[in-house]
Amino acid sequence: MKEFKGRVVVPGTAKAPALVSRDGFNTLASFQKSLMFNDKNATCSDQNNRDLYKKKMAGKALCLPQTIGSTTGGLVLYCASAMKVAPACLLFSKQIDSLAAAGAILSDVWTDSKLPTIDSLGEEFLEYVKDDMIIEILEDGVVIVSDM
Amino acid sequence: MYNYKMALTPEEVEILEGRHGEVLGKIMKTIVMYGDTFGASKLVPISSEYGHLVTSFGLSIMKPVYKLMDEIIDAGLLSKQKFTVDPRPLDFENVPSNFLQRTVFKIMYGKQEDYEAQLKKIGLLSDNGFTCTCYLDEVGNTPKMGDILSWAESSAVVYANSVLGARCNRNSGIIEMFGSILGKVPYFGLLTDEGRKANWVIEVRTSHLPEAQILGSAIGMKVMDDVPYIKGLTQHLGNELNKHVKDYLKDMGAATASNGAVGLYHIEDLTPEAKELGTKLIVDNPKIYVIDDKELNRVKESYPIMWKDINAKPKLCFIGCPHLSLEQMIQWTKEIKEALKAYNNHKVLIPTVMTASVSVIEEFKKYPEAKDLLNMGVNISYICPLMYMNNPLCGKMPVMTNSNKLRTYTTARYYTDSEIIEAITKGGSN
Repeated sequence: MKEFKGRVVVPGTAKAPALVSRDGFNTLASFQKSLMFNDKNATCSDQNNRDLYKKKMAGKALCLPQTIGSTTGGLVLYCASAMKVAPACLLFSKQIDSLAAAGAILSDVWTDSKLPTIDSLGEEFLEYVKDDMIIEILEDGVVIVSDM
Repeated sequence: MYNYKMALTPEEVEILEGRHGEVLGKIMKTIVMYGDTFGASKLVPISSEYGHLVTSFGLSIMKPVYKLMDEIIDAGLLSKQKFTVDPRPLDFENVPSNFLQRTVFKIMYGKQEDYEAQLKKIGLLSDNGFTCTCYLDEVGNTPKMGDILSWAESSAVVYANSVLGARCNRNSGIIEMFGSILGKVPYFGLLTDEGRKANWVIEVRTSHLPEAQILGSAIGMKVMDDVPYIKGLTQHLGNELNKHVKDYLKDMGAATASNGAVGLYHIEDLTPEAKELGTKLIVDNPKIYVIDDKELNRVKESYPIMWKDINAKPKLCFIGCPHLSLEQMIQWTKEIKEALKAYNNHKVLIPTVMTASVSVIEEFKKYPEAKDLLNMGVNISYICPLMYMNNPLCGKMPVMTNSNKLRTYTTARYYTDSEIIEAITKGGSN
């Protein structure tokens, strides 16, 4: 078990299995097919993301450096939240980018499904965390990572 | 109430508290939270005449967005500025598609009419206001130097910041609309003098003028969301910001923004702030990236080919992502005509679509080249090629393009301008 401390972007608590993207997460490419075909598991459709392609994203603690790609990214995350297929939380090793921040904040203000978001967790966080490790996040930005 | 960090005026606090209506309160809360996340000190008024929205498509999957738009309309809220929007996703008349593809398009974009009606209610400038190159003269949404904007389209943001000297952050869709409704945006990042300083120096040491789309791609992939200061490009490009140069920068910038996340670049002796401030724009100890012919070749060779059969004959060619300018339309026509003559052909051998805004297309039609282009079998459309390629059936087609943005977001394969000309006029290239 290991604890990390980051900055709270959108407050909240969550406990969920980790899903880790070592490279930038392309929000539109990742959610496009699942939103289009109403896939409740939100299976990642980004062929360029070797870590996440074809993996289920809904309800996972999504660990990533930053998001990349289209500036529709924020509204895609908002749609995923409103349609209840978003990850349980977003955990960024770097400072959050403007598109992901928009998505997390839109989800918080405009939907019932909160998307707790913590950034600046550091490179060590992404090096340590692996898929399916259990992640618990606390209100103050503490992230507890437990081995499977 | 949200415990805000930035300095707000008494009126802004009232809005945040919901005293000007619940929906406007939620819009203010969204914008203030967004600004607080990036350390914004305050909200500043938008000063551009028009806004621009990135979301132009009525994708059936975006139901929550339409619900949100209805909330805004029902609350009687209008954008404080009229706005243009990114290109429409459909053009059955001018872009080849079979029965099955058209059926899928109709299902995918089943909300298009409803969404456009919502845009009109909130503040769409005109029925022709659908393009990613809203800043071109023919369209007329051209910000002035120093204007504060609330835009999101990445290629337009980087152009407005870099070539026009306006100030805009790389916002997400919806956030930019909220800014236009409030008439204010948070003051951080590329709005500030400090945020516009370059932390990269790019040294261009090529033997000739680089392909704009590859140079932009190389810079974007290297600097990601940082600000580059580009040296050595004016030896090939000249130091006058004329229409030809602006077109080059339009295409280069779009590639920096899509292959990376660049929102602003400076070019020594060329772009407005670099002309005014020179190397004062560069931070101490910037990172250095040298680009020579070998490096550009390496970058081009690194692009993955997403076609199922890499030897397939292209079924479609898109030229114009971002949308072409009038001068580019004329130039492409001349070059295609010359090449067809050289290869003893009369019509293009691969179905080809050139895309531009409705306003540019209308102007182009006044020139003799418009007839030439149609006679050569080239289609002209106002469509967004990206939206076309989002159709899973179209995504499986071997599509060629000279756009690095289209290559990045879809399965389209990148070719240089001269490779495109040869492929569509001579045939047989892949």
